Amino acid sequence: MKERIGVYICHCGGNISDYVDVEELSKMFHKEENVVIAKDVMFACADSNQKDMVQDIQENKLDAIVVCSCSPKLHLHTFRSVAARAGLNPSNYVQVNIREQCSWPHSDRPREATVKAAGLIRAGINRVSFSESLEDIQLEVKKSVMVLGAGVAGMKAAIDLAKSGNEVFLVEKDFFVGGRIAQKDKLFVTGQSGKQIVASLYDEIKKQSNITIFTGTSIEKVSGSLGNFHIDLKVKPRYINGKADKQAVKRAMEECPVEVPDAFNLGLTKRKAIYKNYPEALPDVPVVEAELLKDQPDFTAKFASTLNLNEQEETISLIVGSVLVTTGYENYQPKEGEFGYKTIDNVVTLPELNRLMELNPQKLVYNGKEIKSIAFIYCVGSRQKKGENKYCSRQCCTSTIYTSLQLKEKYKEMQTYHLYRDIRAYGKQEVLYTQSAKQGDLYFKYEDKEKDFPVVEKVGKNTIVKVKDSLTARKELEIEADLVVLVTGMVAREDSTHISELFKIPIGRDRFFNEIHPKLKPVETVIKGVYIGGTCQGPKNVTESVQSSLAGASKITALLKSGTVAVDPIIARVDTDACTWCGKCADVCDYGALKVVEVDGKKVASVNKAVCTGCGICAPVCPENAIEIAQYTDKGIESMIDGFMLDVQIQEKEVNADEVQDENAVGMKEYPQVWKEILAGMTDEKNTIPQIIENSKLKGELVTYHLMTMNKYGVVVPAGMDQKEEYFYYKKK
Amino acid sequence: MATTATTSQETKLPKILVFSTDKISDPGIDQAGLRKIHYSPSVYVINLPCSSGVKPRWILHALENGFDGVFIAADGHECSYSAKCPEHTNTIIQTAQELMKEKNINTKRIRMAAVCSVCAEPFASHMENFSKILAGIEE
Ligand SMILES: Cc1cc2nc3c(=O)[nH]c(=O)nc-3n(C[C@H](O)[C@H](O)[C@H](O)COP(=O)(O)OP(=O)(O)OC[C@H]3O[C@@H](n4cnc5c(N)ncnc54)[C@H](O)[C@@H]3O)c2cc1C
Ligand code: SF4
Ligand code: SF4
Ligand code: SF4
Repeated sequence: MKERIGVYICHCGGNISDYVDVEELSKMFHKEENVVIAKDVMFACADSNQKDMVQDIQENKLDAIVVCSCSPKLHLHTFRSVAARAGLNPSNYVQVNIREQCSWPHSDRPREATVKAAGLIRAGINRVSFSESLEDIQLEVKKSVMVLGAGVAGMKAAIDLAKSGNEVFLVEKDFFVGGRIAQKDKLFVTGQSGKQIVASLYDEIKKQSNITIFTGTSIEKVSGSLGNFHIDLKVKPRYINGKADKQAVKRAMEECPVEVPDAFNLGLTKRKAIYKNYPEALPDVPVVEAELLKDQPDFTAKFASTLNLNEQEETISLIVGSVLVTTGYENYQPKEGEFGYKTIDNVVTLPELNRLMELNPQKLVYNGKEIKSIAFIYCVGSRQKKGENKYCSRQCCTSTIYTSLQLKEKYKEMQTYHLYRDIRAYGKQEVLYTQSAKQGDLYFKYEDKEKDFPVVEKVGKNTIVKVKDSLTARKELEIEADLVVLVTGMVAREDSTHISELFKIPIGRDRFFNEIHPKLKPVETVIKGVYIGGTCQGPKNVTESVQSSLAGASKITALLKSGTVAVDPIIARVDTDACTWCGKCADVCDYGALKVVEVDGKKVASVNKAVCTGCGICAPVCPENAIEIAQYTDKGIESMIDGFMLDVQIQEKEVNADEVQDENAVGMKEYPQVWKEILAGMTDEKNTIPQIIENSKLKGELVTYHLMTMNKYGVVVPAGMDQKEEYFYYKKK
Repeated sequence: MATTATTSQETKLPKILVFSTDKISDPGIDQAGLRKIHYSPSVYVINLPCSSGVKPRWILHALENGFDGVFIAADGHECSYSAKCPEHTNTIIQTAQELMKEKNINTKRIRMAAVCSVCAEPFASHMENFSKILAGIEE
């Protein structure tokens, strides 16, 4: 039990005290047992107040503090570090949200807001009374990283990680690196060729002595945790003799008698059993599909010294400190009959069209017929009404528009029709849309309802697409086209569930990997040390894929930098006296953090500290109530509930707008230091922001940001614009 | 200063305990405040890492000590911890309801809904509806 508690109740300028009677509350809590200090302060987060708090803690030997102010999302770390600076363990600090969850939503009922605030503060005091001093868990970590997937996201991240001094293992399932961009002749927005980007990244990787690339490699087993992941890899053989002459290898490829559909060209062409995805594919060594040469004794005899058909699969074990998953996406494969796919002979997907364009440099020919008109149907496999792909695939609108521009550039005579739901060519990509419209591409909008989707039909030899165009009063139009292209979106990879199981990364209903929080922790997963980047997380274009994988790389570099990692101590713990090892907790733990151990001859559950995420899912299922999460103990939570029941007699405070403003002015000495500096930098006349920056010598962004808040609190007032109408004037109030 | 005194009891607003989650539903509840969307001042929130970590005994503790209802603002399928979160949370509610029956507490006093990080209005309307339900319960 804590006996020397400090309670700070914040006015937040007036954001709280305009509605909640903070002065009354501080008087009330000052009288409480075990509360040594209860203060109301103008801005709890102001530097001056933080200094006062440090002094209070030290002088009064406080053993816990409660700050009642804004949402903990904003200032939890501010006050935790105040505690730490004063020598108090940060776990003995509780923040009570009396702004976002009290003064603001109940600004219509100030008296009740004050009663509620009293309950919230009491709960905070109760909770902190039972707080324990927790220390971060220190783990030793290896400065090595595995990047899984050598698409553009993974390759770029591997280079960045290596340049930051990490040992990198880049693991690619395919025999060649580059991922999907290698299948694109020209990429929006820059017009660069995907293959060239792959080649230059590969070149850069080869220059880094601390990157090892594994191709044709899959992950077999993962154990261990942050700092020390043990990963077993299976490396498939290429069946090419490493010492063979290059010309002989080339001849073997040419003379190979077996042909199969070429997956790289999405089945539009055939390839040999000895192949490269494309002539410049890297690493520059072909692969033999040995299975296909089983019945070709003459051929294999002829090239016996070139091929090495006895080569064996290899298993390699690695230990790495962290993992970046960049396994990418798959193209949506339309079902048979979906908009005529596979049932009408001239219906293809956008990725197929992209391959066709590369394979047909002069004339665009499909099924022996020259193509002069194309109808694109957008959003196929994305934004599904039925089915799990509710998301928008982000890049396909722009990709289609860009393809359309290239079609015209490459084949001159080409009419395109675009049947869309919404055009999502955002940011700079909008320019491409304007270009496309200018070159005469025709756009038709169909409604976002299943019954209004376009219909593809064969009428005699002709292919017709029927669409109810919203832009012309939903009149049904019939468009005849030589080729119908389904703008298919991105889907999660077939094996995402398997990868998710190996690393325990949560996946969404759409089967893409889930980050912790899309805004606050966009590349982190709940598994410590495992990060995600690129399109394995959801649809992205190349820029966005690389941005996210580089963010992951920076996070990992920062994490592994010092060789040890401090892990949050808010995790599960088992009361070994009460535990009877029923295994129920281990059954619900998705992370495998709970294992059975023997303590004094008794089987009990034990928590792996490096793995436990502190989610708390195990706690409610224990029949013996033997497992709890630090800081979320029964005592802590139940005492909060008791605290909420505090029913006090509070007198209503009259709220008078003028008084509120005046109060602010009176509290001048309590303003944050920067405000004082800004005011000192202002003349009594009108001031523009650049003038204030000049006079105060403060950073521009700081002045701009704080002036807005000062304006809100009536400390300064706007006074029109300067003559050039460039800047606002501000005046002291 | 005016002289009238009142307490939440006098205004007869049902007291609701909400369990929210740090990363998803609690930010949604904050949003309601930020946008000054009003809901009952008899709503009190405890935030946890995940809604599947609510112990049935906490629910009982609240209902036996003056709370009229308990609302779990769950992450639903957005939960970053477990794809099975909705099922886990459901199991917790069922267990709590069993315990409530034993103690003759109306099982309508517990409710769950998914609240996302921008669900300001939905949260306020969940509170309004739940308050109405609770006010209408005759044990
Ligand atoms: C039709 C179409 C056209 C597009 N055009 C453009 C464009 O013009 N401009 C643009 O910016 N974007 C475009 N995009 C988007 C672009 O393709 C992606 O942003 C980019 O490819 C994402 O890169 P990535 O590394 O995340 O994934 P990927 O390119 O999919 O690479 C992932 C890599 O991981 C490997 N891998 C997968 N699973 C495993 C495993 N288990 N173990 C090891 N390795 C594994 C894969 O083999 C692959 O090499 C287009 C997309 C489509 C569908
Ligand atoms: S980017 Fe465009 S085509 Fe792709 S799913 Fe979104 S709206 Fe549909
Ligand atoms: S559920 Fe409880 S009793 Fe069973 S193994 Fe886990 S901690 Fe022990
Ligand atoms: S809190 Fe429990 S369920 Fe969650 S990761 Fe830790 S041990 Fe597993």
